[in-house]
Amino acid sequence: MTRSALLVLADGRFPAGGHAHSGGAEAAVAAGRIRDAATLEAFCRGRLHTTGLTSAALAAAAAHGHDPAKLDEAADARTPSPALRAAARRLGRQLMRAARAAWPGPELDALAQAFPKGAHQPVVLGTAARSAGLAPLDAGYAVAYETVGGPATAVVRLLGLDPFQATAVLARLAPEMDAVAERAAAAARGPVDELPAASAPLLDITAEAHAGWPVRLFAS
Amino acid sequence: MSAPAAGPQAPTGVRATARIAAAADGSLPLLAGDGPLALRRTRATRAGSRVTVVGAMTAPLGGDRLAIETEVRAGARLTVDSAAATVALPGRDPAAEAHYEVRLRVGEGAELRWLPEQLVCARGSRLRMRTRVELAPTARLVLREEQVLGRYGEQPGTLATRLTAHRAGRPLLDQELHFGPGAPGGWDGGAVLAGHRAVGQLLVVDRCFGTDPVEPRMLGETACLVPLAGPGVLVTAVAPDALLLRRTLDAALEALERRSAADVPAHAAVR
Repeated sequence: MTRSALLVLADGRFPAGGHAHSGGAEAAVAAGRIRDAATLEAFCRGRLHTTGLTSAALAAAAAHGHDPAKLDEAADARTPSPALRAAARRLGRQLMRAARAAWPGPELDALAQAFPKGAHQPVVLGTAARSAGLAPLDAGYAVAYETVGGPATAVVRLLGLDPFQATAVLARLAPEMDAVAERAAAAARGPVDELPAASAPLLDITAEAHAGWPVRLFAS
Repeated sequence: MSAPAAGPQAPTGVRATARIAAAADGSLPLLAGDGPLALRRTRATRAGSRVTVVGAMTAPLGGDRLAIETEVRAGARLTVDSAAATVALPGRDPAAEAHYEVRLRVGEGAELRWLPEQLVCARGSRLRMRTRVELAPTARLVLREEQVLGRYGEQPGTLATRLTAHRAGRPLLDQELHFGPGAPGGWDGGAVLAGHRAVGQLLVVDRCFGTDPVEPRMLGETACLVPLAGPGVLVTAVAPDALLLRRTLDAALEALERRSAADVPAHAAVR
């Protein structure tokens, strides 16, 4: 195993299409719920401990070797918003292409074959981590970081927020990202039905509103 | 904070499990209240039977372990509601968590309408709530849950709640929500509740949604109605207070039931 594979997987330049998604930040900016670094931090913290934890646990469970079809079903049950299910599958499909090039392996092939329209992104990410020889905890880290990195980057573009301030938000959240990755890895050792299902009502609600906007900068 | 000092007696709280079973002939083979969970058979306003949970004393208090088990047997129709809001309050030991388990099983061709009043998390309360629903493939469910963050003008207590629904043994919906002092950070930020003091869900499961799915739609700015990946519909809403939340959920339920009623001929033909 090489730990540097985690840096490759978690890099914002990894060509998996994540840059087109704001993680709900575009809708939150429009509603005035993100206005500055402080409100961005509260948004990211809430997202990290809800959908971030849920996704990190799904990814860690996939990296652990749980049946990805069962995890995909668990992801569906944890994603009531059809707009977010569609985004997760689209991102899963894009990640799959990049991952198969980077870390080819039979498990990625099988997952791609079973879900030609894309499995949920965290399930693909966990399987990719496994294929790269990474541990469930590493998959948890990748998801935790991407959960807050996406909105922070988007808000720099949406609000013209100082990128130094956005990066400082991420740095302040680092201990909580650690905690979420560790919880995800611990949960991955248990049964799939008991994986965390932490949800964020406003992310679910505003994702549906955002999907109906005629003009938007981000896909979700 | 005005939590009473820990007394020397009863540090662990109440343990109680209430049980309900409904049969297709309209009878209630099991109707057994327990401790603070008193059950009354009440006059049904629609087909099937109705049970009202009557709070015989204030509950849940920190340290209590309460449960309600409901079985709606094949072909039965049951409505369960409650006489008043449930108010979670701190117990004698302010650090003690209360546990409240709701287990619902709905058989083939059966219907459960689970429509309790709100759960109000009073300041200083600590409650862990778990609702598990097991549905047969042809079961129908209407389930509403509403959480209110504190009594009027009050800081909220701490709640960890999880709703898990399985249909035909497969997961249909799994949602957890945590808020209040000590909950993971950001729960009151722009991603989760953003200052709203009431949050709720309405889950409607009917196999007709599998063949004739609803379109997602917004119900104002802070509520939406969406089709689940399985044959169910979920309304998710946040609101400034319990009254506005109920208004949104009631309107959504009425619209869904009108749609179901319009479907009856096609629906009946499937049976």
